[in-house]
Amino acid sequence: MPKSEETSSKSMQDYLRAIAAISNNGDPVNTTQISKYFDIAPASVTEMIKKLSENGYVKYSSYHGSTLTTKGIQEAQKITRKHRLLEKFLSDVLHIGKDKVHIQACQMEHTLSDEAEESLCRFLKHPATCPDDGKIIPACNLPFSSCEECIQMHKQGLEEVGKRQQNLVSVCSLKAGSSAKVSFIRGEHRTLQRLLDMGLTPGTAIKVERVAPLKGPIEVCVRGSKVALGQDVAANVFVESAKAQVNKAEAG
Amino acid sequence: MSCHSPSNSKLKNNRNGKAITFALAGNANVGKSVLFNQLTGSSQVIGNWPGKTVEKAEGTLNFEGQQITIVDLPGIYSFSTFGMEEQVSREYIALENPDVVINVVDAAVLERNLFFTLQLIEMEAPLVICLNQVDAAKNKGIIIDTKKLQQALGIPVVSAVAIRGEGIYELTKTALNVSRNGTNNKAHLRYGAEIEERITKLEQAIRNENLGLTYPSRWVAIKLLENDPEIIKLVTSKSQDIIRLSEDLAAEISSIHKEPCFAVIASERYFLANKIAGEAQRQSEIKITFSEKLDWVATHRVYGYLMSAAVIGGLLLWTFFVGNFLSSLISKYVTGLVQPLDPKLNGSIWGIAWNGVWGGVDAGLTLVVPFVIPFYLLLAMVEDSGLLSRVAFMMDSTMHKIGLHGKAIIPIILGYGCNVPAIRACRIMETRRERLLAAFAITFAPCSARTIVIFGMVGLFVGVQWALALYVVDIAIIFVMGRLAMKAVPGKSTGLIMEMHGFKLPSWSVVRKQTWMRTKSISYFVFPIYIIGSALVQVLFALHLLTPIGNIMAPLTVWTLGLPVITGILLIFGIVRKELVLLGAVAIFGTTNLALYMTSVQLVTLALVSLIYIPCVSVIAILVKDFGKKAAITISIANIASAIVIGGIAFRLLSLFLH
Repeated sequence: MPKSEETSSKSMQDYLRAIAAISNNGDPVNTTQISKYFDIAPASVTEMIKKLSENGYVKYSSYHGSTLTTKGIQEAQKITRKHRLLEKFLSDVLHIGKDKVHIQACQMEHTLSDEAEESLCRFLKHPATCPDDGKIIPACNLPFSSCEECIQMHKQGLEEVGKRQQNLVSVCSLKAGSSAKVSFIRGEHRTLQRLLDMGLTPGTAIKVERVAPLKGPIEVCVRGSKVALGQDVAANVFVESAKAQVNKAEAG
Repeated sequence: MSCHSPSNSKLKNNRNGKAITFALAGNANVGKSVLFNQLTGSSQVIGNWPGKTVEKAEGTLNFEGQQITIVDLPGIYSFSTFGMEEQVSREYIALENPDVVINVVDAAVLERNLFFTLQLIEMEAPLVICLNQVDAAKNKGIIIDTKKLQQALGIPVVSAVAIRGEGIYELTKTALNVSRNGTNNKAHLRYGAEIEERITKLEQAIRNENLGLTYPSRWVAIKLLENDPEIIKLVTSKSQDIIRLSEDLAAEISSIHKEPCFAVIASERYFLANKIAGEAQRQSEIKITFSEKLDWVATHRVYGYLMSAAVIGGLLLWTFFVGNFLSSLISKYVTGLVQPLDPKLNGSIWGIAWNGVWGGVDAGLTLVVPFVIPFYLLLAMVEDSGLLSRVAFMMDSTMHKIGLHGKAIIPIILGYGCNVPAIRACRIMETRRERLLAAFAITFAPCSARTIVIFGMVGLFVGVQWALALYVVDIAIIFVMGRLAMKAVPGKSTGLIMEMHGFKLPSWSVVRKQTWMRTKSISYFVFPIYIIGSALVQVLFALHLLTPIGNIMAPLTVWTLGLPVITGILLIFGIVRKELVLLGAVAIFGTTNLALYMTSVQLVTLALVSLIYIPCVSVIAILVKDFGKKAAITISIANIASAIVIGGIAFRLLSLFLH
């Protein structure tokens, strides 16, 4: 299991989540709004925003304010998801008072690994909303169309290869002609082995040659050979993509 | 009709004698069978689609006084096998110890091909590399330095263009040399230290335990670390300690690389393959080839399907019109000159039998041969062009609806030629369930024998549009029955992972050989059956023995299907070979003009029923062999039931608007 990447520090994560919460459909958020949210001086906010901008999480302009980048949105989503899952756990399982769960979750969310997050989700039977404010818990970054599939996957004992990072998209979502690097593959052992044997090892550059109509297979060029992957196989091959496509509905 | 692909000359491998064995191994579609035919002069079936060789084939070569057995193995990408045909190759190379393994490598896809080469080296097989299709690679801008490759691998490398016979002599000489002197492999192809250390440790442990395995210890060690289910099973039965040790070592490798151990090994192997290929090859700008332009059409969301439909429709129309033309030529200049057909019901038994014999010859020459030759010719061209893998690519999502993936369309299309090799080709499917579902679908595919029945009854006397309509209806039947079968046999389907090989112009010599081989089996094997069958039908008919049998079948034939009483006998003969439905009718009615004795509705219904009512004996035999008696019986019953239902409906519907 890949470990949770400690890419952003605790307070950076808090800021990202705050910006996501304040922003309306990705509109820019100004420094004053953030300083009010945290009840701190605008000067320290500006400093933090600068740091976030340097790390590529936000785009900052002194006139408009801050907007989250794709990387920022995904990071914010991730931490929001962990936060809400924890709140659910603290309130429903440990029966901690609703007034206290938020603060407790704020502290725990930064140390919760991706693996623990996934297990927690299964343990809580894939909750849809958070008890605190009834807000929707963002979907996990595993692109399952339903939680049912997630449960199925663990029953079938699927295996995983590669790094499960934030900026991943499935090969299925790539357009013909686009290139990317294989980052993470998931599947039944035999299928996984065959994909590796055909040259789709983590880190390999691939190019999508064409996509068959009617949700058909995807032909990729890998190591000089062309391989057709059925949709169900391709859906489990993830690549790093410069332009990760983020589902807006999941944001915030 | 060739329902049987030519049996490969099985030669006794004279191990104690002088005979030595070369096995041809490598990825799918790199030209192993082409090389095999060049070396042995035999006619192993060649096709431009993955998995066309599903069984090993043997032939002999006499090279400068040395008797050599050549073994053509099915394509294999990795010793971690996926399909059944790969298993055949793995077992052969690992257990039969051929004197030399000739690893045929596609020069245009060197890196991927080397992935398997490295595994052959791990297996310590005595190796020679045949770098094939260097001309095609050159066209793509890839030039390979054979010497560098040879140095890096420590194995002799011979470049070749097998289809033109280039490099064959040198290859044979080199292989012979290896068989006599060994490879003397000094290259150090080693993995990263942390992995190599553990492989050696495990290898030592395996040696010390003395497990008595036929596989090389290093290979077993690697396979254990790769979590290969079969090797694990094999070793588990002998030593638990080794399994425990390998699990520990695999866990160590996993924790170092943060990846499952099998993935680490695959990555390492590709790292090596990439390095070796990168050093040995020079690649200039890739040109867009004709093949790729054709690819654009073949996989287009509209043109692609039109093209597939046009190819299959064209194949049938071409068969009908060319067949019809040839048929009229033959009856005008050959059979018609000798003696007009005259049903003989009186006179001596010998006279009647002779009449039947002549009827068989006549029907065979005018109804079978003319249709089969053009059909096989075009089918061979389709197979050699590379179109089949495109059709598989385009049809994947549709095939999922009947529990299969796209690759299954390939054996089904081959079923249009003959069901027997088509069912054998089901071995390209990954699980037994998928093989079974595909084989079941194939039993409904109109093989060339059934095409003859359709054209001879419906095409000629009702209209070619009705004949084509039967094919369309048949596709619907395949789909509906496939869907029912999928529900009846629960299980998961495997996802499609298939290499897409380039289009190419079909080679005339390959097409010609293939057509001749398939046609030849008619003349030598099947023709006698027609003649005997026809004579038998006439004699039985004259002795009034057929009518009682026909009467027993009457509830089915007459009441349910609206056919003449006599068709009951035809359908029984048809179990032997489907053409006998037509030939039997010709024998009984004493004319090839069946419209005199049957109405259009009856002709269409009989053709439709013959199409689906039961697999012929050869097909039942292969079903029993590949899937067991139970499955064969179930499939046959499903066929019979569907024929009764569909035939009954068709007869009633057709009566409304066809007179």
